Amino acid sequence: MKVIYTDSLVIGGGLAGLRVAIASMQRGFDTIVLSLIPAKRSHSAAAQGGMQASLGACIKGEGDDEDVHFGDTVKGSDWGCDQDVARMFVNTSPKAIRQLAAWGVPWSRVKGGNRDVIINGEKVTITEKNEAEGLITARDFGGTKKWRTCFTSDGTGHTMLYAMDNKAIQMGIPVHERKEAIALIHEDGICYGAIVRDLITGELMAYVAKATTIATGGYGRLYSVSTNAVISEGIGNAIALETGIATLGNMEAVQFHPTAIVPVGILTTEGCRGDGGLLLDKDGYRFMPDYEPDKKELASRDVVSRRMTEHMRKGKGVSSRYGDHLWLDITLLGRKHIEKNLREVKEICEYFLGIDPVEEYIPVRPTQHYSMGGIRTNATGESPTLKGLFSAGEAACWDMHGFNRLGGNSVAETVVAGMIVGEFVADYCEANSLNVSTTTIQHFMKQEEKKITDLLVRDFGENPFHLKAEMQKIMMDKVGIFRNGEDLAQAVEELKVLNQRAKKIALRNRISSSNPELVEAIRVPKMIKLAQCVAYGAMLRTESRGAHAREDYPERNDRDWLKRTLTTWKDDAADLPEVTYEELNVMKMEMPPGSRGYGTDNTVHHPDTARREKEIEEIKKANPGADRYEMHELLNPTPIPEKFKGRNERIGRGFK
Amino acid sequence: MVTYEVTEAPGMTIFIALNEIREQQDPSIQFDFVCRAGICGSCAMVVNGSPTLACRTLTSKYEHGEIKLLPLPGFELIGDLSVNTGKFMRAMSERVESWIHDQHADQVNYDKLEERMDPDVADQIYELERCVECGCCVSACATKRMRPDFLSAVGFMRLARFALDPRDKRTDDEFYEIMGDDDGVFGCMTLLGCEDYCPKDLPHQTQIAYLRRKMALIR
Repeated sequence: MKVIYTDSLVIGGGLAGLRVAIASMQRGFDTIVLSLIPAKRSHSAAAQGGMQASLGACIKGEGDDEDVHFGDTVKGSDWGCDQDVARMFVNTSPKAIRQLAAWGVPWSRVKGGNRDVIINGEKVTITEKNEAEGLITARDFGGTKKWRTCFTSDGTGHTMLYAMDNKAIQMGIPVHERKEAIALIHEDGICYGAIVRDLITGELMAYVAKATTIATGGYGRLYSVSTNAVISEGIGNAIALETGIATLGNMEAVQFHPTAIVPVGILTTEGCRGDGGLLLDKDGYRFMPDYEPDKKELASRDVVSRRMTEHMRKGKGVSSRYGDHLWLDITLLGRKHIEKNLREVKEICEYFLGIDPVEEYIPVRPTQHYSMGGIRTNATGESPTLKGLFSAGEAACWDMHGFNRLGGNSVAETVVAGMIVGEFVADYCEANSLNVSTTTIQHFMKQEEKKITDLLVRDFGENPFHLKAEMQKIMMDKVGIFRNGEDLAQAVEELKVLNQRAKKIALRNRISSSNPELVEAIRVPKMIKLAQCVAYGAMLRTESRGAHAREDYPERNDRDWLKRTLTTWKDDAADLPEVTYEELNVMKMEMPPGSRGYGTDNTVHHPDTARREKEIEEIKKANPGADRYEMHELLNPTPIPEKFKGRNERIGRGFK
Repeated sequence: MVTYEVTEAPGMTIFIALNEIREQQDPSIQFDFVCRAGICGSCAMVVNGSPTLACRTLTSKYEHGEIKLLPLPGFELIGDLSVNTGKFMRAMSERVESWIHDQHADQVNYDKLEERMDPDVADQIYELERCVECGCCVSACATKRMRPDFLSAVGFMRLARFALDPRDKRTDDEFYEIMGDDDGVFGCMTLLGCEDYCPKDLPHQTQIAYLRRKMALIR
């Protein structure tokens, strides 16, 4: 049995995983990163538009600060987020972006003087302050009060990931590539690493560690059309689920991005609309102002996706052999702007659609994009139920996004969570010794060996590729943008059947080394379990919140549903996960539930909301001299690691 | 060489075709795709004689309907169309020390305003940073064929990117130590396959010329 020991094992080499690895290495702990692919190829690289940090340097960002960012994030989450975590996040994001600037990201900078921009379909001249020249600039994104999304053209994730991986290489952090974690090793409620399969040789190894961090990204590939990379299959989430101890949070919270190209589902950044692009229907008519007169194309993603779907259902979509779509018009931005700030979008249009977006409209439709749900963690990033297991980034339900993530808050989360959780991982490594018996390691190793042997010797059975396609179709058709009880119940029943069939997979290519069919056969049963967590959670949640939109329960129901869904899979023979709920405490909220300002407000309020509002009013009245920092302390003191407690400086405002 | 037949569909890419082959005809076939959007650089292979990103290559580009795929030369072969570019690129990054060299970088107080940068310089750095490490330039390089340790265009582009960056405090002498020999920028025969086949249209020719001149002038 091959066993590799380390202090801090990080599964996933994207932005979040690398940042956690850097933090534990900086604190002197032996660290190994496992990755399916070379780290620089991770899906983080596909983030185009930018990272939210309230630097307030560009003129349209003036007046921005942590509080405004906090408000946007909480509203965007439809009050489903953990406000302590959102607080930690908004306070740390400016530091994270400045650190990345020092590590090499060529953030686009403010240029003093006049420049022409497109706002609400009109050309407008704005004047940047000369004293801000050279500081990091920002663009507009959906659901934000200020221009807060910092960027490098539309290759933001790429430049961030390259800087982060370069830093990891500088520090000598080993990245073990083409390795897949297929099970966690745990004993008495403590996690000690993972059983790992080498994707080239097929060898199974045990990576034994004090702390294990899962940073494997989202589970978008449970759907047949997704903007996600093909590796975003949620396997990190699934191995946590399969412990029967770790919980997954809010798996039904799945975001659909308004503008992926048709039919292949590749993303065109929200920056297209942030920079002034418009959505048009089959008549070339700009329809968003009719639905959302205030934010129009720049309403929150879940809202725009639903409005687009509604509009297509009215027969206003453009028909094509691949079904209806709408148009994204960026022609009004002009060649110079597109070739500088939207060049990835331009390349994608040229190669995959054969069009020039400077001249022609882009065919788009809402497409699965982001997983708000994931491994449930405390604010420290640790699983509340399985000690020593941490998670960060999209794989986690750290829970700063609740039921809808704002554009630009995803890459921001990866690096901020990486910083914060990384410190707690290091604390954990410092405080704990590695104390696991080899019998336990061997038990998990044998278990995985047996599963693989069973697959290799079975003569007849199910085809893993077909099972996956069936699952993806169920999710697409029945657990999509708009959901209803009948479809969801059907999806749950169909997934139960698939879960049984997945126990009888047989291979045509029966070799144990480099074998893509075997990889699929290992993953697909895990994916079906995750899909069931999404579908079942969605069926049980009889309200609409953020991206979870129930046609049969259109109202947000704080009275009954201001709570987080927790799923565990304790019994391997079962076809359904166990579901429990974690209440959100309104009386602790800095920002009690209110209206997001889209459509009509039909919220069923929580009985504590009015009480908390009154309490906040009284606190404010009793402390008239309190500045915003003191007020935040009074309303909801949040534990932030000492390292990141400092106030953030802004141009023209200092540390106020 | 194995031949597979697939029915072409509108908008079909080599990514779609290969996956269809794996699912329906040959479950053992090995290839690497990640983003399938031309962003991550995983899927470079030789398509009808030219190294390119397979994911964004439409099958309709080849009117006769015959597409010959070969693994990218110049890299360790894993199997079929899968090559180990990751190992090569990590070694390249270590060799050119692909990071900001600044003794004070870790003492920066991130609460304070970030160091300013000329907006045009930031844009220029981004231009050179668009490399996705796909390896097309390495496979198209005749010098690399003759000199196994030749740094290749991907390494030169990385060095050019850091040489341009005011945050990197390395001197020309230090850069010379990395690339001032025949396995470095002086070994380039200027056949410029890198320029011809770079999927991101990076300015290899200009940057190699710039580095050579810069290096030639210091000694």
